[in-house]
Amino acid sequence: MSKKPSATIDKKPAAPVSYGQAPVNASLTAEQKIELYRQMVRIRRFEERSHRAYTGKNAAGGANIGGFLHLYNGQEAIAVGCCSLMGKHDHVITAYRDHGHAIAVGMDTKALMAELYGKITGCSKGKGGSMHFFSPERNYWGGHGIVGGQIPLGVGLAYGVKYKGHKGSAMAFMGDGAVNQGAVHEAYNLAALWNLPCVFVIENNGYSMGTSQARSSAGELAKRAEGYGIAWAVCDGHDVYEVRATMDKYLTIAREECKPAVVEIDTYRYRGHSVADPDNTYRTKAEIEEYRRTKDPIQVFQAILLAEGVLTEASAEKIDEAAVAEAEAAAEFADASPYPTAEDIQKDVYWESDNPDQRTSQGRLFFN
Amino acid sequence: MPQITYREAVRHALAEELTRDPNVVVMGEEVGQFQGAYKVTQGLLEKFGPLRVADTPISEAGFIGMGIGASMLGVRPVMELMFWSFYSVAFDQILNNAANVRYMSGGQINCPIVIRGPANGGTNVGATHSHTPENVLAAHPGVKVVVPSTAYDAKGLLKSAIRDNDPVFFLENTMLYGEKGEVPDEEYLIPLGKADVKREGKDLTIVTYGRPVIQSLAVAELLSKEHDISAEIIDLRTIRPLDIDTVLASVRKTHRVLIVEEQKPFCGVGAQLTYMIQAEAFDELDAPISRLCTIDAPAIYSPPVEVEQLPNPQRILKAALALLD
Repeated sequence: MSKKPSATIDKKPAAPVSYGQAPVNASLTAEQKIELYRQMVRIRRFEERSHRAYTGKNAAGGANIGGFLHLYNGQEAIAVGCCSLMGKHDHVITAYRDHGHAIAVGMDTKALMAELYGKITGCSKGKGGSMHFFSPERNYWGGHGIVGGQIPLGVGLAYGVKYKGHKGSAMAFMGDGAVNQGAVHEAYNLAALWNLPCVFVIENNGYSMGTSQARSSAGELAKRAEGYGIAWAVCDGHDVYEVRATMDKYLTIAREECKPAVVEIDTYRYRGHSVADPDNTYRTKAEIEEYRRTKDPIQVFQAILLAEGVLTEASAEKIDEAAVAEAEAAAEFADASPYPTAEDIQKDVYWESDNPDQRTSQGRLFFN
Repeated sequence: MPQITYREAVRHALAEELTRDPNVVVMGEEVGQFQGAYKVTQGLLEKFGPLRVADTPISEAGFIGMGIGASMLGVRPVMELMFWSFYSVAFDQILNNAANVRYMSGGQINCPIVIRGPANGGTNVGATHSHTPENVLAAHPGVKVVVPSTAYDAKGLLKSAIRDNDPVFFLENTMLYGEKGEVPDEEYLIPLGKADVKREGKDLTIVTYGRPVIQSLAVAELLSKEHDISAEIIDLRTIRPLDIDTVLASVRKTHRVLIVEEQKPFCGVGAQLTYMIQAEAFDELDAPISRLCTIDAPAIYSPPVEVEQLPNPQRILKAALALLD
């Protein structure tokens, strides 16, 4: 992999500046802005490296990574923008395209890559895989595999925040395909009915797997919130400043007034739905290239920071080199780590079986 | 000792745990203002207020999922399903999220939720409202499944379930809600996973749980009086974890086993028990293991015929006598 930023990062579209003046962005220090940029680049490089691992072979000639791999390339400004607003009592839950959020909340990329490799050093000890990253200590509650199934849990996190009397929120992320799942609508209703501090975030990349929005969803996605009396907004997910400015507004309302919101964030994914998606049946290469050329969130933010004088070409290059090196180190760590053993299969099933000295039940928990 | 109904026993368990632990909340359809579809939660809203006893919309996937999410943050929700039959509309939440979240997170997340409600036939409500999903639930590692048969057991087991750090699915029975039993005033807990020998005997073992326990006890009385047969009645009480040791000890004593379950036979709890008994006590058996289940069809509506479809004393008696023939 080239240590230079990819060719598309060289293009510098006209930088929108207005959202940079929003208080939540204007108050950022130069270092904080660079950190946002760095996180986006780290996600991009992690995803590129994991893609390379997925398509490559390990020393034994086998696959490095099994199952699905849903990459976040192109959507980085959303996870980074949203998670950068988290305070002590703000929580995050998302679907299976979960690597970006994991990095944005501060999880160690070594543990993430090791999870992809199915290793015991992975963030879920090799038991969850790509779709199931969790870090409760960072208020990150997954990583869920069933479209829309995590959204009621997100409402439950918001309920928990409110029940415990904390001033906080839950951000429940979903893709544009999830808005057609009944569980999402049940969750909207409960959040509105019970005034729960839940901000539903629709990461609209235009395709629910291979079915375009036009072919899958009637009407405007976020506007469905109106039926529940929930505030809603649509914003551009290619500009991390706009993501932050929009989300800050609704997160503040959630924390201060205990009210939900639906925020639809327009974005685009560069890779297929998962790596197994040949990505040649439902959209054109030209469309992907057009997004990469004109809307790439990393390029957009780089241009802004260059214009602001916060970043230089040289410092951007250094950040990118470090991100490439970090992803490479993560892959090396993952590769060198051991797999779980057969004995590990039945660990982490029950709290009680993992804490036998505190067990109160009797009888057999497992049946082999 | 005071006699209270099964319904009251469940209610008292809820009230005691709501009083003991401020993290416990009761939620479900009609649990508050309506006073409970089966009056189990009667009076709890007045005593504990709407934050602790909350009416939900008819929205099982939504509110069960919400409870699971809240439990991950340390709330201890006790969710009522008006009928366990409605688990099917919350299946993804119950068996993907609650059952799996601990495992998929590598043990980082606990899910201390209780989902409770009735799961039984016999009330002429047809196939959609008569499911007994204990086998389906118990087939998922990560969950615990409890099916109490008496007021005493219901109270002690529900209190343990609420204190448990794993998801516990608690299956009651509308046909038992009005049944009275002795329940002490003082607090007690019954550990999950401990079967109860409801009646000692020496000629055959009837392994059962839920309402068929009550029917089997009546049959055991008949067997004793009219046939001079001594039946031992094992009430499993909990399906998972499973107290197979108590079952095996009884098999070693009587050498004949009849399993009675208010369930369809295919891949039921009885099928699992049969496997385990033959695997661990094959040489102790003097006859093939016998099994009496709900007759294998969707629940029929026709009231007198539904009685025939379910386990009932006549069917149990016939099966017991056949086993000793």
